[in-house]
Amino acid sequence: MEINEFIDNLAAQFDETSADQLKPETEFRKLDEWSSLIALSIIAMADEEYGVTLKGDDIKGATTVQDLFDVVNAKKA
Amino acid sequence: MAFCEYKNVRIAGVAAGVPRTIASNLTLSAERGEISADYTPEQFVELTGVKERRYSDVLTTSDLGFAAALRLLADLGWEKSDVEAIIFVSQTADYALPATACILQDRLGLSKECFAMDIVLGCSGWVYGLSVAAAMASSGQFKKILLVAGDAKRRAPQKFDPLFGCAATATAVEYAERSDGFRFHVGTDGSGYDAIIIPDSGSRNQVKPESFEMHDWEGRPYHNMMTHMKGMDVFSFGITTAPKTIKKLAEHYAFDYLSYDYYLFHQANMKMNNMIVKKLKLDPAKVPSEMYNFGNTSSASIPLLMVTQIRDQINGQNKKFLCCGFGVGLSWGTVVFEQAIKVSPLVEVDDSDVNYGYKLPEGDLSNV
Repeated sequence: MEINEFIDNLAAQFDETSADQLKPETEFRKLDEWSSLIALSIIAMADEEYGVTLKGDDIKGATTVQDLFDVVNAKKA
Repeated sequence: MAFCEYKNVRIAGVAAGVPRTIASNLTLSAERGEISADYTPEQFVELTGVKERRYSDVLTTSDLGFAAALRLLADLGWEKSDVEAIIFVSQTADYALPATACILQDRLGLSKECFAMDIVLGCSGWVYGLSVAAAMASSGQFKKILLVAGDAKRRAPQKFDPLFGCAATATAVEYAERSDGFRFHVGTDGSGYDAIIIPDSGSRNQVKPESFEMHDWEGRPYHNMMTHMKGMDVFSFGITTAPKTIKKLAEHYAFDYLSYDYYLFHQANMKMNNMIVKKLKLDPAKVPSEMYNFGNTSSASIPLLMVTQIRDQINGQNKKFLCCGFGVGLSWGTVVFEQAIKVSPLVEVDDSDVNYGYKLPEGDLSNV
């Protein structure tokens, strides 16, 4: 699992934030567009693309895009 | 593996009762604590799919269920004396005790030779209640059973959650020789007990003045007599569990789950249900939704779909149904059946139809 591919999938959950704006170190909660709606979309994306069931605490415990990637990657293994 | 099959039993008919009053979600306000500041009312409607819902701060679930049951008995031509069992599925009982099914036995004028009990489940409740009724009727020992399922007025005053609507349904289950009956898969994961919970007012956390103190819950003011939901956990539970239980049932009984006429899902929220439809690759035209007008009505949601969305297409006609409920518990269940069901028109209940017949006696209760 590549982080670039993950970032593309992540960016698809946002309307106005492109993949270029998402770096591994980006703190996603600080993005203007961030909302609990997007959190639900990310849970759906992880399920659809990676077969991973994310819980609320997984999202709440992550700060950066890298953190999100790590939790999905760990659950995928 | 929690699979079961009951033959020689069918649903004779369904009816539903809702308050006449409509509450709109387009006037919700974050300042008043009705929605999270994350959303505008329009975004809330888009996410949840709930534009409006039926609401009453007077009518209880049993008031609505009573109205639905009366209509159903009349439409089916069932004699009250023929009903041998009543099962009430709800998380909003009239009283902490006795069981509301007992109250409905009397209020409906059913025989005293009547089995009556409550089942305390929510979103999965209709499927569970149906499995109990089907088990009782399939042997022919109980010929006619009323299953009343729904949720309405809460046990403590609160700003009504804009996701939830008030409704109660009545389902008539009867012994029917040579009917193919029902096939069920049910499951439970109590480790998620706090994903949807009213923390206070059971015996674990008794009611106390602090139960009504407001605190922040996911950006909204809540007190401990309100339903606390971990939205993200419930969402991920729904989108994974519903497809799994349906696929398990299909695999166990070796049928094609895509061959059904209607897929009636618990109406949780639009985003969750759309995801489930997509994962199962269902034709959306076969998956009716009522969230726009009625919201999440807990254990009433599945039969309410029959009454409000597809009555003209199914009333009295043989159709194949796949129904799936999932939520609070955590608890889930799927049932499939091919039957011709008589569907009563929606019963709208006025606040003035509240039942005051079972008020607490006034004065000293120490000798009661």
